Amino acid sequence: MASGKEIRSKILSVQNTRKITKAMEMVAASKMRKAQDRMKAARPYGDKIRRIAANLSHANSEYKHPFLTKQDKVTNAGLIVVTTDKGLCGGLNTNVLRLAFGRIKELDAAGVSKVSVACIGNKGLGFMQRLGANVVSKITGLGDTPHLEKLIGPVKVLLDAFSAGELDVVYIAYTRFVNTMKQEPVLEQLLPLSGEQLQDDQAHSWDYLYEPDSKVVIDELLVRYVEALVYQSVAENMASEQSARMVAMKAASDNAATVIKDLQLVYNKTRQAAITKELAEIVGGAAAV
Amino acid sequence: MAMTIHVDVVSAEESIFSGLAEFVVLPGEAGELGILPGHMPLMTRIKAGTVRLKLPSQENEELFFVAGGMLEVQPNRITVLADTAIRGKDLDEAKALDAKKKAEEAMATRSSELDYVRAQAELAEAIAQLSAIQKLRKRSH
Repeated sequence: MASGKEIRSKILSVQNTRKITKAMEMVAASKMRKAQDRMKAARPYGDKIRRIAANLSHANSEYKHPFLTKQDKVTNAGLIVVTTDKGLCGGLNTNVLRLAFGRIKELDAAGVSKVSVACIGNKGLGFMQRLGANVVSKITGLGDTPHLEKLIGPVKVLLDAFSAGELDVVYIAYTRFVNTMKQEPVLEQLLPLSGEQLQDDQAHSWDYLYEPDSKVVIDELLVRYVEALVYQSVAENMASEQSARMVAMKAASDNAATVIKDLQLVYNKTRQAAITKELAEIVGGAAAV
Repeated sequence: MAMTIHVDVVSAEESIFSGLAEFVVLPGEAGELGILPGHMPLMTRIKAGTVRLKLPSQENEELFFVAGGMLEVQPNRITVLADTAIRGKDLDEAKALDAKKKAEEAMATRSSELDYVRAQAELAEAIAQLSAIQKLRKRSH
């Protein structure tokens, strides 16, 4: 059995760990509230632009944007992987990366010659690098607030490639925020825009007035639409990150408490055993005199 | 009562205004646009400038600054998609190039082939760790 001093120092170190995890839990809890607010704040824009894009897809414009035309054969694919920058948030990144990895493998098996990856977040980048995937763009260090401005560049690389016909399909993998206890990894098709994302309620035939012309306006609108979808994904991912971290850190603090309890028990037992032994020695010594 | 039209002004990061207005003035690309209820469907870009809303039963006009964006008009609804970022073809291009360059730098050290076996091992390890932690947690309670 370890000596009393050893156990005591062990208890101290676990206590220090618990302090840290406790603090991280509280930080994550307060950030989570804000991240959720931001996620909700981003929803109206997503809803509005979805409705406009739906109207647009039903308006009888003579111009059909490449984002709306489906390719029959997929030979090149793009993938946007949204992960966190920092770890210590449970299985969040592992789950989303597993999903992304599964899709890359599927595509590979289906005869897709090249998968271009855009990484948002450090963890995904690290994984894709080790995997040896073809990373075409990346953005890391987003901080706690998602800014559309930072996302434009990395997304544009894939959008441009898609417009140029270098990619036939683009997917996005991120973690959807369900509630504080539940986040689920999802992988969705981003491009070409599928019909189900663009529901419409009007049946009769009509068209917009476009200023300056339909091509320019539709191009810009659809780019914004895709960016809004990506932004929403990033916002959801950040809310998920904070909740997952909070839950993970709470579990860690609880575990630390159990460990401390067990160690304390062992420490008390050793101490008592030492005292008993000493007493027995004294009594034995006195009897011998 | 004067006729009103529903107006939404939203940016990607927040909802700026949502409600009824009698008259809306926007900085359209081809010049100032004044829109009254019942306007025909219109879609255009807007420039950086102020959006002015005349609200019903209110003397003063409501003013918002937008850094550009898109405008959609339906007969009974106006939607302004405001940009949060200052956009421009060159600016966007520079951002894309920057993202590309960073990725290339990061990829300089990569191995050439997709290393499936290694990735799978890595994922399996992480998942095993997680399930082990979960089991441990269950046992300790």
